[in-house]
Order: sequence, then C-alpha cells, then structure tokens
Amino acid sequence: MMSTGSSSKRQKQRKVLLMGKSGAGKSSMRSIVFSNYVAKDVRRLGATIDVEHSNIRFMGNLMLNLWDCGGQDGFTESYLTHQRSHVFASVAVLIFVFDVESREFNADLINYASIIRALYEHSPGAKIFVLIHKMDLIASQHRTSMFNERSEHIRQVSHDEGFGGKGEGRGKEVEFWGTSIWDQSLYKAWTRVIYFLVPNAGVIEGLLRQLADVVEAHELILYERTTCLMVTHISRPYETEGNKHPDRFEKLSAILKAHKQSVAKHTGMPAGSANFAELQIKTGEFMFLITRLTENTNLAVVLPSGEARYNAARINIALAREQFGELDIPTGKSVQRDRAAEAAMTSRSYDPKMYEEMMRRHQDEDGERVGSSYG
Amino acid sequence: MPRNAPSKDIDTSNNERLMRYLQDLHQADHPDPSPEHAASRFHTGRVPNGRQSGNKPRLMLMGQRRSGKSSISGVVFHKLPPSETLYLETTTQISQSSMHSFMDFQIAELPGHIDFFSPDFDQADIFGNIGAVIWIIDAQDQYLDALTQLLNTITYLAQEWPNINVEVFVHKVDGLSEDFKNDTFRDIRQRIQDELSDLGYDNAPVSFHQTSIYDHSIFEAISKVIQKLLPQLPTLESLLNSLCSSCRIQKAYLFDILSKIYIASDTSPQDTTSYEVCSDLIDVVVDVGEIYGWARPPVDGKTGDQRTEFNNHACESMVTMEKKGHKYLYLREMNSYLALVCIMSDDNPMERKVLIDYNVGVFQEALSKVFQWK
Ligand SMILES: Nc1nc2c(ncn2[C@@H]2O[C@H](COP(=O)(O)OP(=O)(O)OP(=O)(O)O)[C@@H](O)[C@H]2O)c(=O)[nH]1
Ligand SMILES: Nc1nc2c(ncn2[C@@H]2O[C@H](COP(=O)(O)OP(=O)(O)OP(=O)(O)O)[C@@H](O)[C@H]2O)c(=O)[nH]1
Ligand SMILES: [Mg+2]
Ligand SMILES: [Mg+2]
Repeated sequence: MMSTGSSSKRQKQRKVLLMGKSGAGKSSMRSIVFSNYVAKDVRRLGATIDVEHSNIRFMGNLMLNLWDCGGQDGFTESYLTHQRSHVFASVAVLIFVFDVESREFNADLINYASIIRALYEHSPGAKIFVLIHKMDLIASQHRTSMFNERSEHIRQVSHDEGFGGKGEGRGKEVEFWGTSIWDQSLYKAWTRVIYFLVPNAGVIEGLLRQLADVVEAHELILYERTTCLMVTHISRPYETEGNKHPDRFEKLSAILKAHKQSVAKHTGMPAGSANFAELQIKTGEFMFLITRLTENTNLAVVLPSGEARYNAARINIALAREQFGELDIPTGKSVQRDRAAEAAMTSRSYDPKMYEEMMRRHQDEDGERVGSSYG
Repeated sequence: MPRNAPSKDIDTSNNERLMRYLQDLHQADHPDPSPEHAASRFHTGRVPNGRQSGNKPRLMLMGQRRSGKSSISGVVFHKLPPSETLYLETTTQISQSSMHSFMDFQIAELPGHIDFFSPDFDQADIFGNIGAVIWIIDAQDQYLDALTQLLNTITYLAQEWPNINVEVFVHKVDGLSEDFKNDTFRDIRQRIQDELSDLGYDNAPVSFHQTSIYDHSIFEAISKVIQKLLPQLPTLESLLNSLCSSCRIQKAYLFDILSKIYIASDTSPQDTTSYEVCSDLIDVVVDVGEIYGWARPPVDGKTGDQRTEFNNHACESMVTMEKKGHKYLYLREMNSYLALVCIMSDDNPMERKVLIDYNVGVFQEALSKVFQWK
C-alpha cells in the first residue's frame, strides 16, 4: 500500500546549478522558463549578484532547487575557493551555458574545466547539460556545424575532467543542446533536464499508459503548470511515426506559455496564477483536452473525434486524478481508493495491484533514466 | 480551419501584372450605398464590386518613405514577423498584394516618392476602385511635412473621390511613452481637423488610429478599416448583438481566421485586451490544429466510418478559467474562413451549453444567408 512507500514520498530536493560566463543568458532563460517573462523582456535583467535561488515543485514530489550563479569573474572565483563545497556539494545537475557568440571560447573552456573539476570533487554522480546558447545569432545554415564543433571541444574537456566514457568512477555522459530564448529550443533542452530529475518517471508513465488505453488517446502529455515544461508523454506508435511534428512537445510548451501570458494580460492576473481549468478543442479530425491532473501538473489529451468518447475521457481523467495525486502530495495515512471511481473506469478495469507493484519496483530505482520515446 | 499560409504575391518588377491590375481597376463599377448605410457617415459599405475584382476590399497604403507601409502589409497580410521588417527595402513602384481568405483582401502600396498628380499617372486607375486610403504617419519622426501631404491628399480625394475613406494611422507608437503617444496623436488629429475645417471640408471621411506592428493595434485598426467597407456590417452587428443578449456573451467577434482581422463585433464597448485574448485563442487553435490535425490510419476498420461521421464537425474550442468569477472563452468555426470568438460573462459554460449551441447555430445560419453561402 502507499503507506509502505513513505521513504519515497518525502519530497526530493534536487539541486540544480546554472552556471556560465556573465552575459551568457542564464538569468534570461530562467526568467522565461520559470517566471513567465517573454523573450523581449529579458533585456531589462541586470547581472546576477552572487547566487539567486528559486524553488519549483514538479510532479512526484520533485522540488527543483535552482541556483542561478552570477557569472562575473569575482563570483566564479569565490565559488571555486571558499564557497567550493557549499556550491558543489550534492548537486544533481549542472547546466552550463556557453554563449555561442563569445569571442573567447578558449577562456570559456578553461572556466568550464575548473567548474566541473570542482563538481567532480564534490558531486561525482552529477549530470551535466551543456547549452550552447544564443543560437539565433548564428546564420541558420551554419548552426549545425557550429554546434558540432563547439560541443566536440567541450566534450573533450569534459572527458578529461572525468565526465563521460566508460570505466570505474567515470561521471555521467554529458548532454549537449543548442538553445535560444527566441524559439522553442529552450523548452526542448529544459524538458530533458526535468525528465532526468523526475524521480518516479517510470511509475508516472505506467499510470499514464493505462489511462491512455482507457480513454483511447492518440497521445497524452503531462506538463508542469507554471513552466509549461513537459514531464513526460505517452504516444501510440502511429502517432510517433506519423505525426509530422516531432518537435510538438516543446512547441506545445511555447503555445501554452503564450496563451497563459495573453490570458494574464486580459484578466490582470499575474501570469503565474492565470491558469485555465480546462481547455478544449474539438475538430472533425481530433479532439484535444487539457485539464489539471495534479497540484502542479496538467494533462493534455489527444483523442479521436467523437462526443461520447470525449465525455468518457473527461470523466476518466477526473477519476484518475486521485491516483496521480498520491504521487504528488505526501500523505502519511494509507489511501482509501474510491470504489466508485474504480468501477467507472469503463473500457478496461484498472488494476491496483499492478500499480503497487510498480511503486515497489520503483523504490529500488533511482530516477536514473533519461528520456525515450514510448510506443 | 485553413492551414495554408496566405498567398504571397508582392511583385514589383512585373510591369505586365501592374498594368493588368490598373486595367482591372478601370473596369470596375461600384454599387450605390443603400440608404441604410448612407446614414452612417463613414460607413460607406462600399466593397468595390468590379466584374473582375469580385468582392475584394481594396486598400491603398500611402505615406512618406520609411513610414512603415510595406511593414504593415507584410505583417498583417503575409504573417511577416515584425522584427523582419527591419530588412525591407524601399518600395519603388506601386505594388499590390492580395490575400485569399474570407474575402480576397487587396492591399496596394503607393511609394512615398511618387507624385501621383503628375501626368504619368492616371488617377482614375489608381483611385477608381479603392475603398479606403490608409495614410501612415511615422509618429517617431518629424511629421509636419507628412501632414501637408496628407492634407493635399484628403482635399484631392474629397473633391474627386468622395466615397473613399481616409484612415490616418499614427504609426510606430510602440517606441513612445504613454503621454508622448497621446499628445502626438491629439496634435496630429487637431491639426488636420483644424485645417480641413478652415478649408471647408469638415465632412471629409477621415478617421484616426494609433498603430504599431509590434502589438495587436495594427490588426485592430485594419479590422476597423475593412469593417467600414462591408455592406453587411450593420446586419452582422445586430446579429451579434442579439446573440450576445441571448447567451450572456460579454463580447463577440467574427474573425477572419487567417488574417485575424475581425470583420464585425457586437456593439458593446470594448477594451483592447478583449480583442487580443480572442485573437490569441485563434493562434492556439490553429497551432494545435496544425500539430494534431492529420489523417491517422484507420483502426479496426472502425475509424473509416467515424471519419465520415465527424469530418464535418465544426471546430470548437472553450477555455475555462480556474479562478471563480473569471470569464471563459469560446470559439466556433463558422466556415473554413470565419470563426466566432466570444468572451462569456459568467464562469459556468456547461449549464448553458445547449442554449449556446442552439443560438450559435441560428447565428451561423443567418450568416450563411447574409453571405449567400451554399
Ligand atoms: N540573441 C540572444 N540574446 C540572448 C539570448 N539569451 C539571452 N540573451 C541576451 O543576453 C544578455 C545577458 O543575459 P543574462 O541572462 O542577464 O546573462 P547571465 O548569464 O544571467 O549573466 P550574469 O548574471 O552576469 O551571470 C541579455 O541582454 C539577453 O537579452 C538568446 O537566446 N539570444
Ligand atoms: N518601431 C516601429 N518600427 C516600424 C513599425 N512599422 C515599421 N517600422 C519600421 O520602419 C521602417 C520602414 O518600414 P517600411 O515598411 O519599409 O516603410 P515604407 O513606408 O514601405 O517605406 P518606402 O517603401 O520606402 O516608402 C522599417 O525599418 C520597419 O522596421 C512600427 O510599428 N514600429
Ligand atoms: Mg544572471
Ligand atoms: Mg515600402
């Protein structure tokens, strides 16, 4: 039963460092992803003094503990010396931002090397995401070659400092992403970070897959409400293969974020609380529904056309909320499952045993998996 | 909903096309505005119904060089991102572009340096079939010269083409402080009105708008310009008014989906964010439609039948807010070009959904009569 898994129900604080040279764009991306800024607003940001902390709660008790570390030389110096263990201890993820326009790439590499050396010392199991940022400033025909060239150099340095490669004591493989605040590439990279951090992605996916079967969905997308970042998705094989928009997940993040801002402006609410209860789009080809799933997440559901199926899906999602809620909110007491809710799961009976089994299996794992495509 | 980008045929080099265009103008004839519409001073309801031009509202953009004419037609009619207008080159000839949508809007640009009074130009060819002249004034620049030119144009049109509306866009207001913006706007309007009054043209059909390509204001202004040219506007407005009162709708817009120009709204007062939030909902629906509206392979032989059953399902969207007491949004496709978008005035749509569906159905039917859809 849920109560036996009390250890996994405690909130997981995951420390994420956001580092890179001053002006690389760290605070810009943080403001857009987490504070509902729009891209043209970031010019107003000043340089970050020391470290700015923010906490964001995600699905499955994940508390993201983001350290936006001001990149001016003086601060970096201090992170590496007397703040060294304070900054680099128990880090889950380092996001290191390179400004693609920087004229001092070699100096940037040296800086990067000393940062990850400290990281390896204090958090050898940490995962590194390297973002090669401001890609919009590179002419589109040169982007790929520029990205490949830069990442190759950085990969080499990472390897020299112990990250990537096989063997005893090697750190995790480093991931590289080209980003810009002016398009959805930013959401794509951050979605990967989130997916890496969500502690019980496997359980969530198991539950979602069942739900997808019950409601006969083409696709389900679970995303965090404030940031609109995707946590995970479940897609039918035909959707994965046939949909012509493989980048639709980050596109959707961008669309929903823009919508949130528009509604905020209209209602005079702060963008953070301009949440819709439900968004529906019905067409002859598909039906689309977004509704709240847990305290911090929304579920987007893509269904075949048809009112009856649509209404059944709506009800089934409402009923499934409770199961997902258990993943989200720590409760001490054992959970009473609503019998009526179970009975109402029409097309396929829902199996609580399977769910518990998944929970148990998962306690032994350590959110180690990295995104994949589901069929 | 149509997903193809608007057709783009800005073509300045092709003289033959230009000539054909000018000939087109020449052969057009205009319906007389009915007495009903003539009552409204600036609502000419005069869609030029030339034999070849069909039902195309024709707009002419005028104004000094670099005032922003090409930018406006690019942003509004060709979905050009505003930041890309920085790279537009000076227009050297009369150029026109059109957009195939609910109506085939046509928009032509008269380059700032062309003196259209010179004998090289046949004014009848240029103005004969125009519904409105949009005069662009760069509000970030010195504008006294522009005002003189504008005044000449207005007096010329008032004498020769009294049916053409003159729409003055006080443009590029994005760079200005709120106070400066309003002062500039007032100053320009006052100067023009004073001069016109001195010259005895108090009744010239001139209106003023504040615009920028960096926000929704340009779409709103163009919407109002086009509305004045629609003979159906008064009918549409009263249809929308009655829909609003029967369904407790706070504000209703009839949008051209592709251009996001609204061709009519109910006549209750509005604030600009109402238009914005409705227009942005169209973006969401069109974008999501683009991602998920594809023909999936049939499953169990079932989907094939279902497809015929639902294919004609008009696109519908609804957004309800989480906070109680907030309005919700409703969108319904009227045909493949037009969508009704409403801000509803209470927060519980489900209770009255049947009522809404019924009344919207009635509205849609009336609409098809107004426009004689099959
Ligand atoms: N062209 C372009 N400019 C960007 C992008 N992201 C950020 N910028 C610009 O980069 C500048 C610096 O951004 P910040 O986010 O303040 O930089 P930072 O990394 O936080 O700097 P410190 O706080 O000093 O470490 C801002 O003026 C942004 O406008 C991008 O993707 N493309
Ligand atoms: N800030 C601001 N700039 C604008 C706006 N509209 C246009 N511009 C800029 O004004 C400049 C001139 O725009 P154009 O559209 O080429 O002007 P035009 O009237 O077609 O000029 P000609 O073809 O030379 O007669 C461009 O750099 C545009 O980016 C606006 O609303 N705000
Ligand atoms: Mg900063
Ligand atoms: Mg031009």
